[in-house]
Amino acid sequence: MSNFWHWTVIIVVVAHIIAYVWLLMATAKKKMDKRADNTTGHVWDDDITELDNPMPRWWLWLFVGTIIFSIAYLILYPGMGNFEGTKEWTQKGRFEANYQKVVDAREETYAAFINKPVDEMIQDNTAMLLGQRIYANNCAQCHASDAKGGYGYPNLTDDNWKWGGEFDTIVQTISNGRTGIMTPWAGPLGEEGVHQVAAYVRSLSGVDHDAKMAEAGAAKFQMFCVACHGPEGKGNQMLGAPNLTDDIWLYGSHEIIETALYDGLQGYMPPQNEVLDEHQIKLVAAYVYSLSRK
Amino acid sequence: MMTEHNTKVIKQFTIATIFWGIIGMLVGVYIAAQLAWPALNFDIPWLTYSRLRPLHTNAVIFAFGGNALLGTSLYVAAKTCQVKLFSDKLASLTFWGYQLVIVGAVLTLPFGFTQSKEYAELIWPLDVLLTLVWVMYGVVYFGTLATRKVKHIYVANWFYAAFIITIALLHIVNNLAVPVNWHLSYPVFSGAVDALTQWWYGHNAVGFFLTAGFLGMMYYFVPKQAQRPVYSYRLSIVHFWALISTYMWAGPHHLHYTSLPDWAQSLGMVFSLILFAPSWGGMINGIMTISGAWEKLRSDPIIKMMIVALSFYGMSTFEGPMMSIKTVNALSHYTDWTVGHVHSGALGWVAMMTMGSLYTLTPRLWGRERMYSIQLINTHFWVATLGIVLYIASMWIAGVMQGLMWREVDASGSLVYTHVESIKATYPYYIIRFIGGILFLAGIIIQAYNTWKTIKGEVRDEEGVNVTVGAQA
Repeated sequence: MSNFWHWTVIIVVVAHIIAYVWLLMATAKKKMDKRADNTTGHVWDDDITELDNPMPRWWLWLFVGTIIFSIAYLILYPGMGNFEGTKEWTQKGRFEANYQKVVDAREETYAAFINKPVDEMIQDNTAMLLGQRIYANNCAQCHASDAKGGYGYPNLTDDNWKWGGEFDTIVQTISNGRTGIMTPWAGPLGEEGVHQVAAYVRSLSGVDHDAKMAEAGAAKFQMFCVACHGPEGKGNQMLGAPNLTDDIWLYGSHEIIETALYDGLQGYMPPQNEVLDEHQIKLVAAYVYSLSRK
Repeated sequence: MMTEHNTKVIKQFTIATIFWGIIGMLVGVYIAAQLAWPALNFDIPWLTYSRLRPLHTNAVIFAFGGNALLGTSLYVAAKTCQVKLFSDKLASLTFWGYQLVIVGAVLTLPFGFTQSKEYAELIWPLDVLLTLVWVMYGVVYFGTLATRKVKHIYVANWFYAAFIITIALLHIVNNLAVPVNWHLSYPVFSGAVDALTQWWYGHNAVGFFLTAGFLGMMYYFVPKQAQRPVYSYRLSIVHFWALISTYMWAGPHHLHYTSLPDWAQSLGMVFSLILFAPSWGGMINGIMTISGAWEKLRSDPIIKMMIVALSFYGMSTFEGPMMSIKTVNALSHYTDWTVGHVHSGALGWVAMMTMGSLYTLTPRLWGRERMYSIQLINTHFWVATLGIVLYIASMWIAGVMQGLMWREVDASGSLVYTHVESIKATYPYYIIRFIGGILFLAGIIIQAYNTWKTIKGEVRDEEGVNVTVGAQA
């Protein structure tokens, strides 16, 4: 802050503290006419009077005590304008020091398991507990606390993976995030085509469908959809294209198929590498990896 | 000395206090129930917690507390100055204008019209209306003081005067905004400056509305009911000046560990600590005024209410400075501990002092020998006290638990608990708090019944009752 404000703050604070001391001393010493009944002699509303008792001693000392504490505090800590205080304390410094403590302590804990192969790491109870907590505070908001996902958020406890369930792939997914895009096909397919392809996709998963429509859809599927979902509709983990033959639906149920074809879909998993460090990602990836192998 | 017209407006304020008290506390109990059983908002937007919470705070602080302060301040001013009110017409306009502001709050807040500033939610047209009403109120109050027939201004009036002047200042500065349409406006301040202005307002609303104003009430009604002189004139001088000058500094303690600069946080903390002794000055003066009449603690439930109010005042003004210490605040901030602290002040001090004072005032206003039933006052006292204890004890435990859960970090630097786990752990305490709230609400309903009977002129035949109101109004 500018010199003007710096000095304004100091002067106002000091003046205020001096005013307290003056108020206490002046009032404590003030002489008043001593009356026999120890009242001030004022009477209001027929019967309200005041005694002229001295202020309780312990209370005066309490007041003085808080003033002395405050003066000491303002010497030690920031408060007087730009004066930083003799301890050079800042809330940012305090945060950083505490954070460093946490980091140091956890590196020590991690040393026991962090470089083990994943199949050993998931046998380590401490590692799994720590992984679970990272998960609960960073992933559960979307993937749910039981990791079973929800509408638009994949279930992490089954063996069905959009982008791959190998440990390294999970680490990759968590670190850098994923963007899944299903492009809209209403233009090339037309309304009739959308319904035909939808019927065909239902047939792949064995869901109730119109066989004739599905037959017509098969050819169109081979033309427009194979590039990502593959000729058999089994998907492609390189592209995050889901398997369409297993009756597992990211968006609730097979009812989504028409919407997906008309308007497309976009799924987004945000990258976590700015929030979590390398070891934390490894731990939470191991935890997620363990969920489908129980 | 007061004319019939004068008493009429005080009677109106008295009835409005109890009416809005019931409404405000009912809304409070309802949203407390929603925290325990969230389905109770029935998915209706204007019944949701977020919209009713400001209605609750506005109703209990400004409608219940405000009507009590406006009514008693005018009564006390006229009584202790031995004159009639400065202007009956303005006093009546003040009353109806103030009710209009409250009705405005009821008609806007549940529908989402808000400035989103805590305790200053009212939209700008209502802020303007309140400003006009406040000026009228000030004219009546200070006009009455100016025409007084006694030389000295009684200490109760110092506190009421500080309350009126400061609330005007706070209200205007914190609500400085540029209107865009009839319900929307943007504050002239931004960022950390806006936050600091808001909590300068917020904490001084506590300091001048809920503390100074009610100390004014205390300084008249406690000696009146106890029939004892005020304990120490000197103490009242020191604690008055120290209190009103120190409260001005305390706001930043609401913004510990935020983007508010370190120096401002420190000053907020040290002045909050210095505030401890001046606050206790009022408690000492109140409690020691009753000394010499201790036997009334057995026979007079009104005195019991007042002494409990003063005790809660002392407790929450000890708790407040303690919570402003940064290391304590690091634990207590954003938890239900704060909610408990506020309610030990609001229920324990503000409401209990108001209820006790109204029991003293009501028979005098309507020219009755005493309240309809002294036993019912005693029932009210016990029901309300038990309610407060359940309320604040549950919120203390819940708050400390939440604070500890939120900061618990494991060896991976992960939070041990997710936020939702702390909410789950709080459920039992939400239910206890709800029960405490029900009891407190029941208390004011008992008072409403007792007041109604008293106004009708009935007196219940009760054995062993020797509490009278003393000199008739």
